[in-house]
Amino acid sequence: MSREPGMISAGYAGPGESDEPSEGLRGGRLGSGLASAAFPSRLAVWWTILRISIEERLVYRGDFALGTLMRFLPIVTQIFLWGAVFSAIGAASGATQVAGYSYRDFIAYYLLTMLGRAFSSMPGLASGIARSIRDGTVKKYLIQPIDMLGFLLLYRVAHKLVYYLVAAAPFALVFYLCRGFFPGWPDAATLSAFAASLAMAFLLGFFLEATLGMIGFWFLEVSSLLFVYMLFSYFFSGHMFPIDMLPGVLGRVVQVLPLQYLAYFPSAVFLGKITGPALAWGLATQLAWVVVFMVASRAAFHFGVRRYSGFGG
Amino acid sequence: MAVIEIEGLAKSYRVYQKKEGILHSLKGLFHREYRTVEAVRGIDLRVDRGEFVAFLGPNGAGKTTTLKLLSGVITPTSGQARVLGHVPWKRENAYRRRFALVMGQKNQLWWDLPANESFRLHQQIYRIERRQFERTRDELTSMLGVRELLSQPVRELSLGERMKMELIAALLHSPEVLFLDEPTIGLDVVAQYNVQNFLRHYQQARQITILLTSHYMKDVAALCRRVVVISLGRIIYDGSLSGIIDRFGGHKVISLQMSNGQPPHVMARYGQILAAEPPRIKLRVQRAVVPQVLGAILAHHAVEDVSVEDPPLEQVIAEMFTHPNGPGNHADFGESQP
Repeated sequence: MSREPGMISAGYAGPGESDEPSEGLRGGRLGSGLASAAFPSRLAVWWTILRISIEERLVYRGDFALGTLMRFLPIVTQIFLWGAVFSAIGAASGATQVAGYSYRDFIAYYLLTMLGRAFSSMPGLASGIARSIRDGTVKKYLIQPIDMLGFLLLYRVAHKLVYYLVAAAPFALVFYLCRGFFPGWPDAATLSAFAASLAMAFLLGFFLEATLGMIGFWFLEVSSLLFVYMLFSYFFSGHMFPIDMLPGVLGRVVQVLPLQYLAYFPSAVFLGKITGPALAWGLATQLAWVVVFMVASRAAFHFGVRRYSGFGG
Repeated sequence: MAVIEIEGLAKSYRVYQKKEGILHSLKGLFHREYRTVEAVRGIDLRVDRGEFVAFLGPNGAGKTTTLKLLSGVITPTSGQARVLGHVPWKRENAYRRRFALVMGQKNQLWWDLPANESFRLHQQIYRIERRQFERTRDELTSMLGVRELLSQPVRELSLGERMKMELIAALLHSPEVLFLDEPTIGLDVVAQYNVQNFLRHYQQARQITILLTSHYMKDVAALCRRVVVISLGRIIYDGSLSGIIDRFGGHKVISLQMSNGQPPHVMARYGQILAAEPPRIKLRVQRAVVPQVLGAILAHHAVEDVSVEDPPLEQVIAEMFTHPNGPGNHADFGESQP
């Protein structure tokens, strides 16, 4: 059972997630007639996959819970780090804001991206797909009446549900303790937009990483590529700092990349930085990116399988 | 009725050639050399319903590639195949619900969950009606003696028990065609015997079509009346197991127990001495001259006991593989019809 390499994912994934066993490709002879079954029987298949995936996730619940809790610790470091940065800037120039963000805004933003990452990060997804191609376990998706992406999506939903179950209380506690950093609850419309952006962040994260994993059909070893992607994603999704702080050309480039919808966009929506037509446009663009990567991952699978030569016996 | 029909099936791979050393690795970044490996070079085969066929051949002969082609995992370079009327590499669900592939080295069950959970999932994937599912599962688990292990996590099962669970998982949807790739690899003698027994009974009862690859000649001898030998991507023999010996075993082994202490080298004129532990001697004799040799020995020497045997099957087959152009004087590799 392999796990994600620690360094990048520890900073990158949501709290606790990076320590989870990676994708369930080693798991059973799975699948579904996702594409062709009549609806009730399709639901039964989905439900069974979800139920069994949840059961599997719960096998190592103790280790999982401990890992989740330990990964809340960096929050404290972040709060102190940015506190020090802002007080240094204040002492030097008297400014209380950096690129339009006060210390309080900054911490609120940071906590919200953490929530965004809890939806959009997919520890082990791309590397798991690439590994299953390399070692041949991907075969079961070709042999059985099963849709690989559909199965992996359900497996990931189960994975996330269990994660939220474990992480909900610590998340609530942290947000409660840090409530002073927030301007207050946004209105219902903003909250719904926030919820929609989180749901789409999940789907975007899933299909984007799944597409990356499919590159394994062409290049057997993709771990360096994934490393580069994660590094880019860490900066340009807005996980490290709000991307609207980036100046000039870089700022404009980042604005057209899909990565911002993984962390920056949901947080900005919650904080009321994006409103009105810009919000509608943002949600529509996020949806468009989800569709783009949904199609891209399907296409990559379709053409990849044709290339596939069934490695590993 | 033909269940599997293969015509001129061929599959070649392009394999990247990596030479040793850093310099060559750097060169490989810009200019890659590829070699074409012809794993399967034009196979014709017809298998009827209810046949239990063994694929024999050395590693790399093309057995597993053929099974992968027939189960739709890979697409051929040329040629045609139909299994149950379907073209396998189209991967239609209608086909995928009718066959199963079991690979001895691959664990397909959920590792941390009881096998029964994996079975439940199969019930859904293959849309098996609930009562039908339970009946099949209970029947298979009692046949293989693993009924009480159903609710034990798979990781806690022994290799043999796991293999049985793998087989059950593959048979739950009552496939009409079953591809078995080394199903007994790594199992102890008892587990091997149990799996063999199960496969024989199951196949006879259901009259399903099975293609098996195995390195254990005992598997093949116990299960398959028809044997297809593949070497270097081609079928070089298709017939009965005993036919292999008739066709390729160019010699027999005469075992003698001499009554007086004659030095063994005296016997060397009758044939090649395979073993000499006086008073016992084993001679390798050309098949065609066995009667004359035997007559001469009995006429000129005092013999207490004598037996004439075929060489061990493993040996015949090993010779067949190492000398694919024919070790025996009766071999005719050009045409493979028995």
